[in-house]
Amino acid sequence: MSAAPVPVTSDVDDPSIRAPLVLGRQNFATVSDSVSTIVERKAPKTWFLLLGLALSILAILGGSLVDLVWKGVGRWGNNHPVGWAWDITGFVFWIGIGHAGTLISAILFLFRQKWRTSINRAAEAMTIFAVMAAGIYPAFHVGRVWLLYWVFPFPNQMSVWPNFKSPLLWDVFAVSTYATVSILFWFVGLVPDLATLRDRATTRTRQIVFGIFALGWRGSHRHWLNYERAYMILAGLSTPLVLSVHTIVSFDFAVSVMPGWHTTIFPPYFVAGAVFSGFAMVLTLMIIVRKAFGLEHLLTKRHLENMCKIILATGSMVGYAYAMEFFIAWYSGNDYERYAFVNRAFGPYKWAYWTMVSCNVICPQLFWFKKIRTSIPAIFVISIFVNIGMWFERFVIIVTSLHRDFIPSSWGYFRPTLIDISTFFGTFGLFLTMFLLFLKFLPSIAISEVKGVMPAADPHHHDDRHEAHEGLTGGTGNEDHHESDPEAVHA
Amino acid sequence: MPEPKKKSKAHALVGYFDTPADLFHACETLRDEGYRDFDAHTPFPVHGLEHAMGLKPSRLPWIVLACAAFGLGGATLMQWWMGGVDYPLNISGKPAFTLPSSIPIMFELTVLCSAFGTFFGMWGLNRLPRFYDPVMKHPSFGRATDDKFFIAVEAKDSKYDPEGTRALLEKLGAKELTEVEP
Repeated sequence: MSAAPVPVTSDVDDPSIRAPLVLGRQNFATVSDSVSTIVERKAPKTWFLLLGLALSILAILGGSLVDLVWKGVGRWGNNHPVGWAWDITGFVFWIGIGHAGTLISAILFLFRQKWRTSINRAAEAMTIFAVMAAGIYPAFHVGRVWLLYWVFPFPNQMSVWPNFKSPLLWDVFAVSTYATVSILFWFVGLVPDLATLRDRATTRTRQIVFGIFALGWRGSHRHWLNYERAYMILAGLSTPLVLSVHTIVSFDFAVSVMPGWHTTIFPPYFVAGAVFSGFAMVLTLMIIVRKAFGLEHLLTKRHLENMCKIILATGSMVGYAYAMEFFIAWYSGNDYERYAFVNRAFGPYKWAYWTMVSCNVICPQLFWFKKIRTSIPAIFVISIFVNIGMWFERFVIIVTSLHRDFIPSSWGYFRPTLIDISTFFGTFGLFLTMFLLFLKFLPSIAISEVKGVMPAADPHHHDDRHEAHEGLTGGTGNEDHHESDPEAVHA
Repeated sequence: MPEPKKKSKAHALVGYFDTPADLFHACETLRDEGYRDFDAHTPFPVHGLEHAMGLKPSRLPWIVLACAAFGLGGATLMQWWMGGVDYPLNISGKPAFTLPSSIPIMFELTVLCSAFGTFFGMWGLNRLPRFYDPVMKHPSFGRATDDKFFIAVEAKDSKYDPEGTRALLEKLGAKELTEVEP
């Protein structure tokens, strides 16, 4: 093995020489170290500052919900003719954000995309917190939130069962299954890393707490055998699940007979939009996290660039869906359908429509340029634009289809109330608080998985095993492995 | 006829290697020597080690399949009985129970039950949670979740022999070989 220094970079253009997944002179121990020390050291000042900010925003959510429950759902601006507005917009927005996490953890796993290993843990956490934020809306929209369990079929003295033909009930099953499976998948992934933290623990508390949650994991290969199979099955289950969740969310609209909602393109269009928005959120957060916690060698530019490519692909699908919706509205020959779409683009909500188009269709096209895909400030700005655009997409679909009903006496213009705005703003507080707590108290990068994709992890790695193991695994991974078993080395 | 082996009070002989390759080689050797009750403890799943150890594939998929069938059947029966028989609702004159409108919930419950089956099935097959295992007594065992590749040959293995096994593992390059008490 030649130990010639290779520049620490991930900008390798030759496809036969893939950019390394882990940069610098890393070995197994340094990977454990760089992730575990985040949990073990005292948190940086910025973390406390951000947590304070997040908790204040969370308090706004608390206040808004208390007000909402105390005085009634009328505190939101939903009213005839716009009976569904910011609440369902926020719900669909957050559920969509969650989808990237599952896509990264499940779909990229099935496709053997090894670059997912350093982002999947945080992305899965993001999924869970986004679904929590999303759940707030339907939970509080029922009015009497303490009776929320009525959505589930359970034997009761009224002898009634829910309406199984309603997409809203399908939503209950889809979202609760999604939340449950995401948590199970996430926890399964965490166990070996919690065992690492348990074994490194220097304090008794840490040893006990991590010890309990690590379930006595001892890295036995007989266990790994079942574990890997379980991981594969959970990935296989999550893949159709994540597609079904946004499909069923889109049924909330598509199964109705509202012009602008009643379209068959909705399921794939919603799924593409969800992945699009979710990756944007992952990028926004990862750019901050890698900088704040010094994880640039594990979350490399290549990871960011790959995510930009997914944003470009899904953004183009979303743009295609926007165009196709218009075409079908015209082609259907249905006057109401045509009117709904002309009104969407040129009616009173045209400002929202064109904000959506600029953010979702035009902005991501910039990722065709490698310069932009690899410029961190540019990625950060574009990812935020995409987040904004995707919120507007849901707002446009929901509000513009409702605000002009079939007869002009049922026309109106929706304006959000203060509580609408503060509830939505507050959900960011919930999301950020949970995410910050996660970053501080749990391994934010999948330690065992990252080790598994390092060149030295391959049992048929090299004759010169010791040298390879001691270091140089990332930087020099290119020249000495691609003859023997390129797949085992690079994603 | 080999003479009967000395009885050992130890639970297992535990040592470690520095690289997955050494461990892999050691497992292959033990397997070929006829050992069966031995295990590897590694920080990540070493690719293909189950073949080197001579392990059978996981039985987990069968558990999951049973749970999936339960979820699918349960969801179908539930919707048919609750919505079609016990409390039929007339919604726009549509039939009380139809297959198309039942598919979303059938799918979701199949996935939910399969996921529970996978999760609990996997821990069940692994006999976890169990917070203590004799191999954890090895002084360096903490590194099995960090950067060392452990091997543990159990004393109950018919081929186990305190001196012979130790010599074999030493020859294979195992470090810090220690007999751990049960």
